[in-house]
Parts: sequence; structure tokens; C-alpha cells
Amino acid sequence: MKLMRTLLTATALVAVMGGSVYAKQLVFCSEASPAHFDPGPTAGGNDFDASSRTIYDRLVEFEHGGTAVTPGLAEKWEVSADGLEYTFHLRPGVKFHTTSYFTPTRDLNADDVIFSFERQWKSDNPWYQYLEGLSWDYFQGMDMPKFLKSIEKVDDLTVKMTLTEPNAPMIANLGMDFSSIVSKEYADQLAASGNLADFANKPIGTGPFVFVDYQTDAVIRYQAFADYWRGKVAIDDLIFAITTDPAVRAQKLKAGECDIMSYPAPADIEGLKADANLNVMEQEGLNIGYMAYNTTIAPMDNVNVRKALSTAINKKAIVDAVYQGAGQVAKNLIPPTMWSYDDAIVDTAYDPEAAKKMLADAGVSGLTLDLWAMPVSRPYNPNAQRVAEMIQADWAAVGVTANIVTYEWTEYRERGKQKDRPGAFQIGWTGDNGDPDNFFATLFSCSAIGVSNYSSWCNQDFETAIQDAKKVSDQAERTKLYTRAQEIFKAEEPAMTIAHSKVFMPMNKRVQGYTMDPLGIHRFDNVDVTE
Amino acid sequence: MLRFILQKLALIVPTIIGITIASFAFIRLLPGDPILAMAGQHGVTPERYEILKEQFGFNLPIWQQYFNYVGGILQGNFGISLATKRPVIAEFMTLFPATVELALFAMLIAVILGIPAGIFAAIKRGSWFDQVTMGVALTGYSMPIFWWGLLLIIFFSGYLGWTPVSGRIALNFFFPRVTGFMLIDSLLAGKPDGFVSALRHLILPAIVLGTIPLAVIARQTRSAMLEVLGEDYVRTARAKGLEPRRVVGVHAFRNALIPVVTTIGLQVGLLMAGAILTETIFSWPGIGKWMIDSIGKRDYVSVQSGLLLIALIVMAVNLVVDILYAVINPRIRVQ
Repeated sequence: MKLMRTLLTATALVAVMGGSVYAKQLVFCSEASPAHFDPGPTAGGNDFDASSRTIYDRLVEFEHGGTAVTPGLAEKWEVSADGLEYTFHLRPGVKFHTTSYFTPTRDLNADDVIFSFERQWKSDNPWYQYLEGLSWDYFQGMDMPKFLKSIEKVDDLTVKMTLTEPNAPMIANLGMDFSSIVSKEYADQLAASGNLADFANKPIGTGPFVFVDYQTDAVIRYQAFADYWRGKVAIDDLIFAITTDPAVRAQKLKAGECDIMSYPAPADIEGLKADANLNVMEQEGLNIGYMAYNTTIAPMDNVNVRKALSTAINKKAIVDAVYQGAGQVAKNLIPPTMWSYDDAIVDTAYDPEAAKKMLADAGVSGLTLDLWAMPVSRPYNPNAQRVAEMIQADWAAVGVTANIVTYEWTEYRERGKQKDRPGAFQIGWTGDNGDPDNFFATLFSCSAIGVSNYSSWCNQDFETAIQDAKKVSDQAERTKLYTRAQEIFKAEEPAMTIAHSKVFMPMNKRVQGYTMDPLGIHRFDNVDVTE
Repeated sequence: MLRFILQKLALIVPTIIGITIASFAFIRLLPGDPILAMAGQHGVTPERYEILKEQFGFNLPIWQQYFNYVGGILQGNFGISLATKRPVIAEFMTLFPATVELALFAMLIAVILGIPAGIFAAIKRGSWFDQVTMGVALTGYSMPIFWWGLLLIIFFSGYLGWTPVSGRIALNFFFPRVTGFMLIDSLLAGKPDGFVSALRHLILPAIVLGTIPLAVIARQTRSAMLEVLGEDYVRTARAKGLEPRRVVGVHAFRNALIPVVTTIGLQVGLLMAGAILTETIFSWPGIGKWMIDSIGKRDYVSVQSGLLLIALIVMAVNLVVDILYAVINPRIRVQ
């Protein structure tokens, strides 16, 4: 029986192969294996690239190369005047994938949308724990349970979402990977046959690519979805060749074993740029590397001491030495590509003499403090140890002694977020959804103290501005509030913003139309290849 | 003979218990936290952290966690991976053939090159060949695997373009998995060119993984040969006028082989350790890379059960070697 099944699969696969001999194929050298193919309970960019951005769609989508929200599976939506009710009108005629393991009998409808959220939200939903040890970290992390009151079906193609309080970033949240829309019909079929785990390993979506095969830790294969609601994409086959080492990815790209690669090592970028067959795209990342002062511990509870410490640091030298042309000095918490960025803000100037005087005026002398350095390279800070050494030297020049402290990465963050953590803590953030709230509120709201507000900073004016900005949906109005927030942030210096880094995407010149995404996701639905 | 096997098996039991303790403790002694590693950059609130801790059973006393783990294993349950939510045993079985294929090929290279090199070095003791071979062997033994692998990739794949950079087979070959061995599956699928492609993909990683065993085998063969060549029966063979090739090939070599075979058996454990680095460089989807990824994610369940499974296999191989050895050499049984 087993042999029979194997032979049948073999025949099916050969048929698939036979049909795609002259197909347009794109090979992406990706950096890590996905945990599985359900984007709801995963949290890594590599998981999302392999699932939500290929197999699935969402109610709304981020535009290519930007963070503006555009219609997706919902062709339009209305928000009630009080900001509490969102009514989504689903696109008619959207097909789910047909594969060897599932044949849909109906198009996308409201049941799929409700199921997609309720499985992450309601602990009594049979799919809430469909895999052992499942946790819906992003749904939780974006505070969805706090904001959602109900999701109801109005008719087959209309869904009404009611919130507990106005929350303007909600629309952006619905474009995020965890908000991918899955098939309820497929879930029901699996529940009936008892193969719940297949939901994560044999995915079904409405997206541009149909899942074909995953060879664990090695290769993921997709085929273009012929009935995709936006029309079939230009390429026929998409292959992820999982290659963990960045130097090896670069070699594979040079050797023509892949067409495009993620996350080159900074040291390889020059060599890749020099290759005549390759094209290296670059873009400002939607990120920030910063150093959080604990504003509750003396003498850093004094804003003048914080400002003096920042004034003593030569930020430009750090960005030049550590980011090596792949970063820009950050004067605000949000990067310049994000709406509401306030370019009128004047950054703290590097001036050791002034810093000395400010410290003396504050009555601080012989200050010794902990300077935390991350043990890992992150997109927003490639070498925190080196940054720490440079800051240490700058501070020594104004009479401040810094002890560099580091721990294993999860331990580091765990210790860093403690309210009584001493010293200045290097950390950073990569935007999830392009909404300024995702930076301001996540990193510096009062309620984030002990979670991700590493400065333990709670400023009432700042808090009012960012909370008000959540409640209005008019972007011009929100921009005003975030401008105000940026002014307060600069005046209060709860953290020193260091840099926004650039992200590079090297690819073969035969790859056409690729747009880099500020959110750091890799999308191939608008890519073509020349023969 | 049965008594001998039972004795060996009895010795294995305390070893296995020791390994369960070591593998259980190892991953927990590393700094880091599986729940935080899973949560990503948002982190989790303290309340949610407690809920998740309970969900995974990390709130239980450490001894209870250990007994739950061992209890599961005794029932054949190696646990569910924290990262992929798949049974650890299924992950292991998926990835293990790739490691075996690589390790066998590496061993083949090590034996085919190492034994003749050792023999010639012994015969021509003190000659330039001996000096160079043993010098190279020492270098090979001390080679940092990661650097060596990258160097070979850059030269042979990047500069000369002779071999593929990484992976197990060219991407245009796509056939169903039957055994998990790419060389066998390609033939089963009726794709001889797929077989060639898989072979080409094996060359560099097998050389890298085989380098240290090759050095060990060459040195071991040389010293064993030197010892045997000094024995009375070899002198006797020479004295009665046998041609040198026969003296070396039959009388000396067969006896010198005994310690070499033992060495080869012992290399299995080293190969598993080497596979961790080799697989990581060459993106080889085997258990070595899987272990590294799991350690990185602090996937306690995969690491503790994965290490145990690897240790069980190494022990099983060594047991088989011991038994075979006893079959070949009756003196062992008596001891």
C-alpha cells in the first residue's frame, strides 16, 4: 500500500516536472528553514517569506516597496465615525489553491476570515492548540486580544470587526503576516480526517504561489497559482534553496546556483557589487539602533545627565566605523522613510567640552555606569561590541567610566527589560507594519515598561500624544501628534538614537522587477526572469 | 558468544542513563530561554511568560522534567520539537539519511586514501614520501573544518567552477523521497544524471568531513604497519624468499589491519561531531545542522532527544564493531 502510494506520488511529481521543463524558474537562496508553513504561530522573517508572502493573502496588503496599506482580499472597507467598527467587503471569486491534498469546493468567504482570527484568539476554538505547544506570539504581541471585541459575518462577503477602543494602527496590523487568511473548508476537512498537523505542513492559501514540496532544511518548491485573483505571476516556479551561511549564499549566487539572496555579510558586499553578472539593490531599512538610558536610576533620572552622555558621543564616527557605509546617523526614533518623520528635529551635537560642562553643572563627577552590548549582529546594529568600545572611549574623554556588559541574546533582553536594570542598554527595532505606533508605543509607552521599554521611561506628554494618535484615523492629524512625540523624545533623551541601517539584496541581472521591501520581507509575486 | 553480547549490552545501560542526564542538563546549562527565543523581538509579558512556561511544563521542578523526559523515551516518545511542533523522532528520521550518506562517503574517501598512504609511508619509512605524507596528515588533523570548507568552496566551486557550492542535488532534479539517500533515490526515480549530480554535490563536503579521519587512519596504518613489519613472522616470510609485495600485502597488512579497523569504528563518533560543522557550511540537510539550529533556538526537546538518538546510534555502531571483532578474533571473547 505504502509502495503503491509512493509510486503514485512519483508519477504525479514526474507529471509536474514534465510540465515545467521550459518554465521560468526563480531560485532564492534563503537564510533559514521555516518552522512550518502556518504564518499565525510563527515569528521569524524566514517563516513569513516561506508562508505568508508566497502562499497566503491578507484582507489588506502593504504596497510593494512601501508601507502604505492597499486593498487585498478586502476590496474596500469602512470605519465607523467612532473608530470602533471596521466593515470589510471581501473580493468575490477569490479561489483557494487546488493541490494533490485539497480541492476547494467554494471561493473565499467571511467564514474563512473569521476562522483566521478566531483560531488565534479564542482558547476554546478547536484550532487554538492544533499543534502541541502552539503559541500565537504575534497576535499577542500586537495586543490583538486587547483591542478585538468581536468579528462577525454580515453576509458571505462582508465581515464586521468591532474594537474595544479606537486603534488606528489596526488596519496596518491586518496587513501583517499573522493576519494571513486561511481556508476554513480545508481546516474542517482536516479536522474530520484527524490530520490537524497537515494544516501547518501542507498549506492551502489564496496567494500567488501554490506549495509543492518541502525537503526539510534544504529546498522549498512552489508553483505559480494559475487562478490567482490578481492574475498568474510572471514566473512559473519558485524555489527556496535554504543556505544558512551568508558567505556560502554569496558563492552560490556568483556560481549561478541561485538568482537572488537574502542578508549578505557586510564583508561580501563589495565583492558582489564588483561581479558583472550581479546587481546589488539597497534600501534604508525600517529600523533603529539605539541606546536606552534607565531614566529611573540616578544620575540618569536627570535629563541633563542623559543629554550630556549623548553629547559626549561621536555618533558619526560610530556609524562610519561600524556600519561601513550601510547606515545613516539617526536623529529620530523612526526612520526617514516612515510617514510622520520630523526632519526639523535638530540632533544632539557631538561636543565633549560641552558634555563635561553639563555633567559638572549637574553635579556629577567620576560617574561609572554599565554599558550593555548585544552579543549578536542585528540588522540595526551589526557590531554592538565595537559600538560599545567607541562609546566607552568617548565617555572616558569626559570622565565617565563605562563597564561593558554582555550576555547570551535572550538572557540579554530579559535582563535589559528589568525596571531596575542599571546603565545604558544597546538595543534596536525593526518595524512590523510601517505604522509609527509600532515604534513609539511598542518601545516607549508607559505600559511597555518591563516588556520592551528599556528606558523605563513614562512621560505623560509623550504618552498622551502617542495614545491620542491611536484614536484618530486621519493621517495628517496623526502626523501632528507624532511630530509632537518626536520633539518630546529629543528634549527628554530617554535613549540615544544611533543609526538606521541599510539592507542589501544581491541578485542576478536576469531578475527583473524585484522591489525591496522596507519591512524586510521577501516577495516574489512581481518578479520576472529573462532567459 | 551470547554471554559476550549480553555483557556488552549490560554495560550500555548505565551509559545511556548518563547520556540522558548529560543531554538533558547540557541544553539547560546554556544561558538562554526557549520561550523568549520563540517569541521574537516583541518579547512576552510576564503574565504570558508564566502561561507559556506552564504550557511547556517548564514550571515543574527540574527532576520532574527529567523524569517526564525519560518516561516519555521509555514509551518511545521522544517529544515534540518546540520550534517546528513536529515529533522529534520524525525530524530525526527525515534528516538522518543525509548525514549517513555524507558520513559513509567521507569514510570511503578516508579509507581509500588513508590506508595506502599509511602503508607506503611505512614501507618507505624516513623517505621524503613518508615525511610529506605524515606532515600533510598532521596538517589535516589540525585543520579547522569551517575554514577548510569555505576555502574549498571558494577555490573549487567559485574559482574553478568544478563542483557545486552547496546542497545535495541540482535543483532541477525533483523526485519523491523513498530512502532519503539521494544517490539511491535518484536511481529509483530512473534519473542517472540525478545520480551524477548528487555525487558531485557529495565531493566537497565528504572531503571536508573525511579530512580528519583520513589523517588519523593514515597515521594509524603507518604505525601499525611499522610494528608488524618488525615482527618475526614477517622476517621469516622475507627469509623464505617471498616477493616483497606478498610479504607486505598478505602477511603484514592483514595483521596491521586489526587496530586500523578499531580506529575506523571509533571514528563514527568523530564523524557525527564533524558533521555538525560540515553540514552547516554546505547547507547539508542532516542531523548535524539540525542540532546546531535547535541549540540556537534553545529547542530543549529537540536537543535533548536528538543528542540521545545520535549517542544511541554511535553506541550501536560501536557495539556491532565490538561483536564483529569478537567474531573475527576469538581471543577478545575470552578476555
